[in-house]
Amino acid sequence: MTMKSLSTKLAGLGLGVMIGLGAIGAGAAFAAEEHGEEAQPTHFPIIKPTLEPWSFAGLFGRFDTAQLQRGYQVYKEVCASCHSMNLMSFRNLAQEGGPHFTEAQARTVAASYQVQDGPNDAGDMFERPGRLSDRFPSPFPNPEAAAAANNGKAPPDLSLMAKARAVERGFPWFVLDLFTQYEEGGPDYIHGLLTGYKEPPAGMQIPPGLHYNPHFVSGPAIAMPPPLSDGQVTYTDGAPQTVDQYSRDVAAFLMWTAEPHLDARKRAGFQVIIFLIVFAGLLYVTKKKIWSKVAH
Amino acid sequence: MSGPSTYQPQHPALKWLETRLPILGLVHSSFIVFPNPRNLNYFWTFGGILAFMLVAQIATGVVLAMHYTPHVTLAFNSVEGIMRDVNSGWMLRYLHANGASMFFIAVYIHIFRGLYYGSYKAPREVLWILGMIIFLLMMATGFMGYVLPWGQMSFWGATVITNLFGAIPLVGQTIVTWLWGGFSVDNPTLNRFFALHYLLPFIIAGVVVLHIWALHIPGSNNPTGVSVKEKQDTLPFHPYFTVKDALGLVVFLIFYCYFVFYVPNYLGHADNYIEANPLVTPAHIVPEWYFLPFYAILRSIPDKLLGVIAMFGAIAVLFVVPWLDTSKVRSANFRPLYRQFFWIWAVAAVGLGYIGAMPPEGGYLIVGRILTVYYFAHFLIILPLLGLFEKPRPLPASITEAVLGGGAPVTAGAPSGPQTK
Repeated sequence: MTMKSLSTKLAGLGLGVMIGLGAIGAGAAFAAEEHGEEAQPTHFPIIKPTLEPWSFAGLFGRFDTAQLQRGYQVYKEVCASCHSMNLMSFRNLAQEGGPHFTEAQARTVAASYQVQDGPNDAGDMFERPGRLSDRFPSPFPNPEAAAAANNGKAPPDLSLMAKARAVERGFPWFVLDLFTQYEEGGPDYIHGLLTGYKEPPAGMQIPPGLHYNPHFVSGPAIAMPPPLSDGQVTYTDGAPQTVDQYSRDVAAFLMWTAEPHLDARKRAGFQVIIFLIVFAGLLYVTKKKIWSKVAH
Repeated sequence: MSGPSTYQPQHPALKWLETRLPILGLVHSSFIVFPNPRNLNYFWTFGGILAFMLVAQIATGVVLAMHYTPHVTLAFNSVEGIMRDVNSGWMLRYLHANGASMFFIAVYIHIFRGLYYGSYKAPREVLWILGMIIFLLMMATGFMGYVLPWGQMSFWGATVITNLFGAIPLVGQTIVTWLWGGFSVDNPTLNRFFALHYLLPFIIAGVVVLHIWALHIPGSNNPTGVSVKEKQDTLPFHPYFTVKDALGLVVFLIFYCYFVFYVPNYLGHADNYIEANPLVTPAHIVPEWYFLPFYAILRSIPDKLLGVIAMFGAIAVLFVVPWLDTSKVRSANFRPLYRQFFWIWAVAAVGLGYIGAMPPEGGYLIVGRILTVYYFAHFLIILPLLGLFEKPRPLPASITEAVLGGGAPVTAGAPSGPQTK
């Protein structure tokens, strides 16, 4: 495979199966004359994510336990019916710096699932209630089954979703992000996507089975139907039961599943950097004293 | 490493050891009394920083290897296992992944410093070439390390880069198959990359020993480029340069730890958090940032074979810089024209890095081609001609004169300073 053929491949294949680019392209020549750029976007996402305030952003960022618990509820009641989360176990739910359910609560959640185990002494597989050490069960037995049930495209695993999607920031933002410690691009994107479904602009053809979403990073339309609606999940802590709040909570929860030790990382980081600054200060004074006797 | 040791052990046990293996004398002459020019600036601390980074990468890497599984079905999840379930595994992995970037930041500053102050010129040509060999080994190590997490960018980066060898006439495809251990990037490729990624740092360590040996024969260059002429031009390595290097290192560590603890994925790519899938090509395949200038050169040339030659040529040309630069004066501080051309070249090199991250189309392609031509013109045309036409500024008679700004005598006892108290 040559570099050239590879770059052609990128242009063709890279956008993935779920974008109906071909179909749009075919029908768009006529539409473009009428509606111009809006109906025929070339750069995705059409709308870049807005920067939302997150409790885990910045130097002293910490996950909001209540928000993670609500986010888990949204994941469990909505997302988990199609998406797997293979890297998470029930024990993680009781983890410090996470949703921090009590161990008893996490056990209860685990036991509410039937998990296949085995083979037993007789060589048979059997079902038993889930334990803390079990992974979150997947909604489908294998990716093929997941694809077959979802228009030919398996819903992606959500464990790392908040770190696996990045919208290009462009100059000068990618430089400034370094100083503002912006690492919440994933949750911002997820929040934008989940709240971003709307009617396509006039003239844009959306292939059947896809849904227009200008926040989607790989094209104008996404295979996932709008998953959330107001009042769908019943919160017990009085938080607003709106799509906006659900998407914020689940985005925060996905950031935690992608980076479960974020709290510990930021806490350790502060200690490490303070230590190094003090150490550098002492070395600076020592160096000045040693070199004070010689011209240099 | 230079000349007979002046080390006189007092303790009987040390005397006993020294007469059998004079290793303490070697350390003493190399890192205690070794004379360094007194006017070194903080750019000279990057040698020590690089030595630290090599050791840090090996230390974190060995522990990571204890938890990593080099198999296509397990590699991705084993890395996530390190991130989630290994005690402080997230810290080890972020230290190692960002450590690679820090290693390259330090090595680029080290190389730019060498180019600016003419550290490659006689009698330091072999020192320079050994450094370039380390640079090449680092690139190979970094590339193979990036493949190990077996994310999308790992897989596709490996596919693109190994395919470059397919450009070699006649035997190209055979070589690629041999590198892969099969007919595509697959488990044999991952397995051998892991073995080589573990091996190469120790080869680097060996070449680093040669690099330091070759440094200790002529001694360090310095910001004036004027050779050391007498004892008062220098200071003993300890305590003067141990403390200065330590300060430089700790400031560098602050920078390093900022990345590790606050923006650990800034220098990575989101696609590498998606497990490798040979059936789905990412929208843009980009290598790690430290390869981007060379990647830009590769893509600037329409012909594949010539592109590969140009890319490797961009590194090869650095090997012969000591002979392309015809000027007798080392330091750019005394070369008014070279000083300007150096900075233009530095901007071009960074610009190539930016172009390498952009899609190869339209204006980016044109700018990339212009910068590629300039990159080579700097070494092949400007450097040789400058030496012939440039009129250097007058050089100081000695390092001591440069330091004191005149012929004033230096305090006699200074060089042995606090150490003798």
